[in-house]
Parts: sequence; C-alpha cells; structure tokens
Amino acid sequence: MFGEVTLSLLKGFGVTCEVFALTLLFALPLGLIISFGSMSKFKPLKWLCKVFVWCIRGTPLMLQMIVVYYGPGLVGKWAQGIEDPNLIITWLASWTVFDRFVAVLVAFIINYACYFSEIYRGGIEAIPVGQREAGQVLGMKKSQLFFKVTLLQVIKRIVPPMSNEIITLVKDTSLARIIAVYEIIYAGERFIKAEGLIWPLFYTGAFYLIFCGVLTLLFGYIEKKLDYFRG
Amino acid sequence: MAMLEVKGINKKFGKIEVLKGIDFELNKGEVLSIIGSSGSGKTTLLRCMTFLETAEQGTVFVDGDCVFDANEQKRISLAEARRRQLYFGLVFQSFNLFPQYTVFDNVCLAPKLLAKDRPDFRANKKAIYEEIENNARKLIERVGMTPRINMYPCQLSGGQQQRVAIARALALNPKILCFDEPTSALDPELTGEVLKVIRSLKDGDCTMVIVTHEMNFAREVSDKIIFMDNGVIAEQGTPDILENPKTERLNAFLNAFN
Repeated sequence: MFGEVTLSLLKGFGVTCEVFALTLLFALPLGLIISFGSMSKFKPLKWLCKVFVWCIRGTPLMLQMIVVYYGPGLVGKWAQGIEDPNLIITWLASWTVFDRFVAVLVAFIINYACYFSEIYRGGIEAIPVGQREAGQVLGMKKSQLFFKVTLLQVIKRIVPPMSNEIITLVKDTSLARIIAVYEIIYAGERFIKAEGLIWPLFYTGAFYLIFCGVLTLLFGYIEKKLDYFRG
Repeated sequence: MAMLEVKGINKKFGKIEVLKGIDFELNKGEVLSIIGSSGSGKTTLLRCMTFLETAEQGTVFVDGDCVFDANEQKRISLAEARRRQLYFGLVFQSFNLFPQYTVFDNVCLAPKLLAKDRPDFRANKKAIYEEIENNARKLIERVGMTPRINMYPCQLSGGQQQRVAIARALALNPKILCFDEPTSALDPELTGEVLKVIRSLKDGDCTMVIVTHEMNFAREVSDKIIFMDNGVIAEQGTPDILENPKTERLNAFLNAFN
C-alpha cells in the first residue's frame, strides 16, 4: 500500500514541480520587466504597472486562477450572443476555456511576477546612487552599468526576500487543486474518497518538506557564494 | 589656449540658486583648488562640469572643444555625450568603487568596456586587453596598491580605496581629473597617503580640479585657488590669496582654520 501511495504521490509531485519550475522560468524575467515599468520616468507606464501590481497583490491567487480559468469562456459566450459581430467580436467569440494546467500557469506567472517585481524594485533602488554616477563618469553605457555593476549587487541584496517568496511558491502550487489540476494534494486526497485513507494526504507534507529543504540549502549556498563582497 | 574654460555657469535646485554665474579658466597641467564653506556650491560646480548635474546657463570648453552649452538646442547622441564625458575623470568623496570587483578589475572594467567600441576590437581583442591590463598594473603600482591588487574594496581601508579610485579614474586617461573632497571621509593619517598620491600626479602633466578643505595641501599643490561663497567666486588667484586674502569673507573663512 505504501509503495502504491508513494508512486501515486510522486506522479502528483511531478506536476507540482512542473508548475513550480515553469512559474519561476517565466515570472523571474517578467517581474524584472514590470519592475522597470514601475520605475519608469514615463508616468502613464509607471502608473499602469503600479495599478496592475496593486490588483494582483490585492486579490487572492485562488481567485485569480478561477478568473483565468473561467474568464475567457465567459467572454467567448458573451461575444457569441452579440448580433452582427465585427472582427474583434468574432475573435472574442472564439475564446474558450483554457486548459486547466495552462490556466494555473498563467495565473501563477502573473501573480509571482508582480511580487518579484517589487522585490527587484527594492533591490535596485537600494543600490547607492554613487555606483551609477561612478559608472557614468567612467563612460559606461546604461546597459553596461546595469549588467556589469548593478545586477550582481541587486542579486546579493534580493536573495533573502527571493528565497522567501520562492519557498512560498512551492506551497502555493497546492492551490492548483481548486481547478482540479492533478498535483500532489489532489493525488493524496484521492485516497480519502477511494480507500478511506487520510494518511496519504498527511504524507504529502514530507514531499513539500524535502523540496523546501533542498531549496533552503541552495539559497544558503548562493548567499555564501556572494559573501565575498559587501555592498 | 586654456585647457578648461568655464563661463557663466548657473545652477538652480528648485528655487534655490546654488551657482550664480561662475567663470574661470585653467591651463594645461595646472592644478586648481576650490575652497569654501559647505553649501557654497563647490561640489555642485564640479558635478556640473562632469555632467552629473545639468546647469541652467553657461558653457564649458575643454581644449577649445565645447563640451557643454546650456543653450544647445539639438539633443546630442549618446556616443557624443560619452565622448564629452571622457574628457573628465572624477574621484568621489565616498570612493564609489564597485564592490564585487577586485582592485585590478575595478581599474580594468571601464577601459575594457570602452574598448568594445573600437573598430579593431574583434581582431585584436587579446592585444587590446593585454595593453589595458598592463596599464592598469602600472597605475596600481603608481598609487602604491600593488600588494593588494587582488583584494576586494571591503578588505581595504578608506585611504586605500581612494587610491584605487584615483587609479581607476586615471585608467581612462582623462584630460581633466576632478576630485570631490577626496579626503573628507578619511582620518588624518589616511588623508596623508591620499594627498601624497595626488601630489605625485602633479609631476605628470595632469590638469586637476580639486574641491578640498585641506588648506595646507591646497596651498602647496595648487597653481590657482578659487574661494567660493554663496554660489559665486568670492576671490580667486594664486595660492598667495591664502596668505593675504583681499576679501573680508575669505579672511573670516581662513581664520576658522587657525
């Protein structure tokens, strides 16, 4: 029985890992773009980004997932009901529900990108202005200044808050259960209905613990690696 | 012809007029010290010259080349801005070394990045880098930092960091080297070692502008002294003005030191 449960949970855990990895892969760069937007000198862009971040951080991830999952289908249905449609309406009418897994990813990526963007912004704004000025007087281009001078200092500063957020992400993946994506919690829960067993659900905790333990070690290692300089 | 020619520089921060028409000239190889109490506009003047601030009025010429004109209508290209920027080197009060690089890499970084724009970069990359690195080693030797060439800024004292910052500025071979209170963050002992380095640069034909509170140093090293007060040049001349100030204001300022 134990072997069977483990196998089943591992399958769910695979999906959990997929959600985790793909979210990171896309949310990390997207967050950087949003953070540049919210630091932009072009006011409309800055405010657009700020309002967007406010909306995403101000509503539950669970709700966002449901909106992403059902929203397009609702729009499509509404558009289909409109008489003599133009080009846009026709296009909207073709909208259907997302694939469950894709819906989860879209919601997670957007949500986490917004949180990351605020961490990046904090890290970038904490770099002393003297670094930028030194780069400017030395004739560096803006991109060179960012990649050769600022970036590593930002990374060093944001490793602790980032590790916090990323460890939260591991556990947030369990929210995917809400729209019936077969991740590890779902896998554990199934045994309650099918066999009347509760312990497989408890057992899932071990997977999370191990995963987060590995991540903690990894972040500790990165922090140590960046310990050679101060600033 | 004057190496540096500054005319009618005006700078406001909001409604406060920080610089009210600054004019001066400096010849090649000369050392200018700018003195004056805090808030008199010394640092702002230096920052206007080095493009860290933009003046509302005035012009700056380097070696006959107009590098700043407040009335210039058309926007200059980034490459042109960079070309003008590189006339000046600047040493900061707070050093501003790049913390993640060693002494050696701090000195090499900017010249290496700059070399990427050379048309022959791809073909001669190795030779170019070697030349830059050799030059960096020489400069580090010149400021007496060779024993610590592979250390990081956080492992150095303030005086050592400032000496590296001087080498870093020299690595781009600026026509005019500016110092913004280079010793104000240092204790007297460390101040001495930094001043020694600056003094040694005078023997080359480096044109320098130094904002400082070290009166003895200014007297000894300068060809020219400007005393600023409240956004204007209250008195300028040879270091003699420190012995025989003509204005009441400079007299009062100098008395505060004794």
